Amino acid sequence: MDSSKAIYKALKDNNINFIVSVPCVNLAKVLELIDSDKKIKHVPVTREEEGFGIAAGAYMAGKNTAILMQNSGLGNSINVLASLYKLYRIPILMIISHRGTKGEFMSAQIPMGEATPLLLEALNISYHVPSTPQEAYNDIKSAWKTAKEKMCPAAILLEVSFW
Amino acid sequence: MERIEAIKAIVEQLDDELIICNLGFPSRELYSIKDSPRHFYMLGSMGMASSIGLGLALSQKRKVIVLEGDGSILMNLGSLITIYAQSPKNLILIILDNGCYATTGSQCTYTLQVDLSELARGIGFQKIFKFEKTDEINMKKVLREGGPVIVHVKVEPGNANVPIIDISPEEIISRFMNEI
Repeated sequence: MDSSKAIYKALKDNNINFIVSVPCVNLAKVLELIDSDKKIKHVPVTREEEGFGIAAGAYMAGKNTAILMQNSGLGNSINVLASLYKLYRIPILMIISHRGTKGEFMSAQIPMGEATPLLLEALNISYHVPSTPQEAYNDIKSAWKTAKEKMCPAAILLEVSFW
Repeated sequence: MERIEAIKAIVEQLDDELIICNLGFPSRELYSIKDSPRHFYMLGSMGMASSIGLGLALSQKRKVIVLEGDGSILMNLGSLITIYAQSPKNLILIILDNGCYATTGSQCTYTLQVDLSELARGIGFQKIFKFEKTDEINMKKVLREGGPVIVHVKVEPGNANVPIIDISPEEIISRFMNEI
């Protein structure tokens, strides 16, 4: 299975129907698949923090939400994750392109790449790091189950070598 | 007009609309005027009121009123762009503009130099209402319009002497979701 298709299929099979995004080159194909799906409401946003706010409002109306973003966006969203998502116990699936990992060609991505798992741990957000499309499919299912049952964000880190 | 008087004038003219209220004193003032499960009181995440309102408006049919502040919209100006582009018919964004960060001690915001109504007009919003400090706030006119609607309300700086909100975050969100 193709890596982008595996992610899209997992989103569909878990009934994710409201997605906010800030693009990453590695997520481009997934975003195309989502855009061509009329059953998913896709809202591109100007900044990841804003996306978390929009997804929280959609959740209140019963939507199953996800955010697609690069790991740089995690840095833009620390406060909203703590003082909106943690505080009110709001679930969301975070699909994160994890730049600055093994195989990264751009040195500017390294510092945030290294900080990313530590930031998730500081926020007590569980994360999976799949290495194959099949693993990604399974991990998304498991992360979404955690998010819904524990009413909290759950993350998937897609490293450079995944694609 | 003080902010609490503006909030009172607005909610008195509402029916069963859903309200997303900005954190700090605005939420406390709304809670002291009238509590309802249709109110979502923010307790943190400054800047997110208009975004939560957008997500809610895009996901169900009821009218959504956002009670936003000038300091908090300045923190998330990109939200105005996304609201304009997504253009939900059922969203009314009310910016209570007192020109300061009242909750933290009335430090000035830049809205003393920048007119938020003109900013909204520049983005392309068609339905913009501006109420000056001495104007009567007529919500009937606002509610008749299809959204997205921007309502810019100039108010005096300062906070009313009102107690904190004594409902838990979990209760605020669960009763709100039961109302939708």
